[in-house]
Amino acid sequence: MAPFRNRSLPPRLRDLEQEIKGYAKEFGLDFYEVIFELLTYDEVNMVAAYGGYPNRYPHWRFGMDYEQLSKGYEYGLSKIYELVINNDPTYAYLLESNPEVDQKLVMAHVYGHGDFFKNNFSFQHTNRKMMDEMANHATRVRRLIDRLGVEKVEDFIDRCLSLENLIDYHSPYIKRAPASSDEEEAPQQIRGLRNEREYMGGYINPQPYLDELQRKAEEERAQKKRFPERPQRDVLLFLLDHAPLEPWEQDILAIIREEAYYFAPQGMTKIMNEGWASYWHSTIMTTRALRDSEVIDYADHHAGTVSMRPGSLNPYKIGIELFRDIEHRWNTGRFGKEWEECDSLPERQSWDKQLGLGRQKIFEVRKHYNDVTFIDEFLTPEFCIEQKLFVYDYNDKRQTWEIASRQFKAVKEKLLQRLTNFGNPIIEVVDANFENRAELLLVHKHDGVDLKVDDARHSLQCLQSLWRRPVNLYTRLDGKSLILRFDGQDHSDQKAEL
Amino acid sequence: MIGKQGKDLITIPLPTIEIPRFRFGPKQQGGVGQGDGEVGQSLGPGQEQPGEGEGRAGQGEGHHLMEVDVTFDELAEILGEELQLPKIEPKGTDRIITEKTRYTGINTIGPESLRHFKRTYKQALRRQIASGTYDPERPVIVPYREDRRYRSWKVTPQPEAAALIIYIMDVSGSMGDEQKEIVRIESFWLDTWLRHHYKGLTARYIIHDAVAREVDRETFFHTRESGGTMISSAYKLAAEMIERDHPSTTWNTYLFHFSDGDNWSADDTRFCIELVKERILPHVNLFAYGQVESPYGSGQFIRDLRETFEGDDRVALSEIADKEAIYGSIKDFLGKGK
Repeated sequence: MAPFRNRSLPPRLRDLEQEIKGYAKEFGLDFYEVIFELLTYDEVNMVAAYGGYPNRYPHWRFGMDYEQLSKGYEYGLSKIYELVINNDPTYAYLLESNPEVDQKLVMAHVYGHGDFFKNNFSFQHTNRKMMDEMANHATRVRRLIDRLGVEKVEDFIDRCLSLENLIDYHSPYIKRAPASSDEEEAPQQIRGLRNEREYMGGYINPQPYLDELQRKAEEERAQKKRFPERPQRDVLLFLLDHAPLEPWEQDILAIIREEAYYFAPQGMTKIMNEGWASYWHSTIMTTRALRDSEVIDYADHHAGTVSMRPGSLNPYKIGIELFRDIEHRWNTGRFGKEWEECDSLPERQSWDKQLGLGRQKIFEVRKHYNDVTFIDEFLTPEFCIEQKLFVYDYNDKRQTWEIASRQFKAVKEKLLQRLTNFGNPIIEVVDANFENRAELLLVHKHDGVDLKVDDARHSLQCLQSLWRRPVNLYTRLDGKSLILRFDGQDHSDQKAEL
Repeated sequence: MIGKQGKDLITIPLPTIEIPRFRFGPKQQGGVGQGDGEVGQSLGPGQEQPGEGEGRAGQGEGHHLMEVDVTFDELAEILGEELQLPKIEPKGTDRIITEKTRYTGINTIGPESLRHFKRTYKQALRRQIASGTYDPERPVIVPYREDRRYRSWKVTPQPEAAALIIYIMDVSGSMGDEQKEIVRIESFWLDTWLRHHYKGLTARYIIHDAVAREVDRETFFHTRESGGTMISSAYKLAAEMIERDHPSTTWNTYLFHFSDGDNWSADDTRFCIELVKERILPHVNLFAYGQVESPYGSGQFIRDLRETFEGDDRVALSEIADKEAIYGSIKDFLGKGK
């Protein structure tokens, strides 16, 4: 890796790397080879702005993100300690200016992420050679820019990005039922005109007439047949397959879609991933790597990572605490039928069956769960109380956000709701020939939260420019069902019931 | 992004543009937080969501804040390009002349402080190679006196023009906050453009209702008076100001007047027109009148002006209906290249 040679670790850090790696292996963490690179804060910001890939395609938003990160750093508001990339080998970036104890902590943290990337089921479908793939994407985009001009290409990328979240986040893990044809009803019996006398049949309903009727009926049925046959959640794929795109547009849309699928699992396992990495940096540091002189600095930094600000949720904190909770429960045997059915409080408090299954259990959990299932299964009422979790809501009358509830059920529901579909509204293509006019109909599955209307309209505009024909979105606003429509010129709303 | 400076919170605007997506609105959303507090306790006022909720990995949602991180000169260039404004030809250019030094060439003599290291080095290298004393194994270059090169300069006379902007604003009861906001935005852009063309621009501010007075910038934008409107009072003051302090032989004067166009009486309007014709127009590069639409104003004044000064290119008239219209209005004012 010649171009990166100057960024490789200096000998001292290389020793530390070996040391920490040894501890990580000792604990049974399993990761691809991790390549650390040492960057200045400015370089870290640049790489972070590119989503961790220094070789991504050119686009203005990366510059914008960089601006934001570097301002944040310069004003002392935020600092990126580390960046890890899901790739084989796993790349990790360290900040040059960090003190040694931070470097150790970060390395331990990175091995945690590395293990998670390699083993968690959500990442199994991701391209482990993404570093190369990203470079290929960049080359393709650059070529298009050379050919067509930066304005045109960037404009199209903007529009695609507006639709980026219209993918089927779960499709890599399940097989949606194939578009079936067994619902096909038997061809309708053609009866012709009423005829009570059998012998008149050939005159009242001559064969050519019957054939004609038959043909009409079939035509009608063909028209009624929906396309797509089933609602399709991967709107981007649908557009790729069916929208009248130019080859270069198709190319870009495919790139955007691929990257969206690649990054999706990281969003879907944020709590677990950070929790897991924090669990391991804490375990490795406190049981192995920490020197006496470093304790205070370590504690300070660790406290910063898992600190909770009032009114917000720190995924690091929730994640690490849940993992610890699980470990504790499985160590002491607080699970299963017996535990669930035990009603006596003192007994529950001193429950300890000395099973020691904790470690084993959390390794299992890190493999088979994502944030939704993780929270769903392991969030306990005790945990909610201990961690002081609450649900907040906007109070219209008082114009403030306020704590709405501390009930376990409410907290869990809210958490799950916010995590479902990666925090995105569920929107599907339902009809590509809406009103028999080749218009696109999307349906938003309303689950209690309205869409942001101005953004939705703008996204419809983007969608229209890809589909070329008018587009419609069925949704609900303030309890009323309606269709938002954009026909290429104007927006319109109409009441509708599907 | 909110930064802390001492005790006071300061907001740091960041240039973010949110890519529109199908996303949830804030209405019924809410979220989960962590911390102490009773049910029903407030988490802080405002529409903004506390905390970052479950955004995308590592990135909070951006807000539509734009920080203009360009110099005013660049800004003026952009403005000029965008509106296709003609460059201003200052008058009285030959009257005030300053000298400007520019380093343009290389000389063999000069003060050591201006020694051009690279050129000197090259010269010495060239000489050593030519004379065969250069040794690639031991590439030591020793410059002689003759090798030394110095930067040399040229003095160019730079004509400079002085400019004055007089802002006049109607602060009678009918001008509301919204109208003033429009005036403020518009005058910012006018200022930027003119400052781009004139070094050392002076701005003076006049407010008027039934009487006029000169005020400082702060007061200009924040006063709210009530009462009637006599535009002539302001014009008279401006005319006196020009005659007394800013003779047109050396000054490029710009006069911008913003009002809702509701003058006291037809008599006063006649007097105004006379003042403009006799005492203002001969001395200014541009007389600009911007009429801000207000629910109370009749808007008659602009029609009267138009009648008289139609076709006079020292006069720019513009009607500003709302904030959107500022753009076009700037073009109206500055499009004449005056």
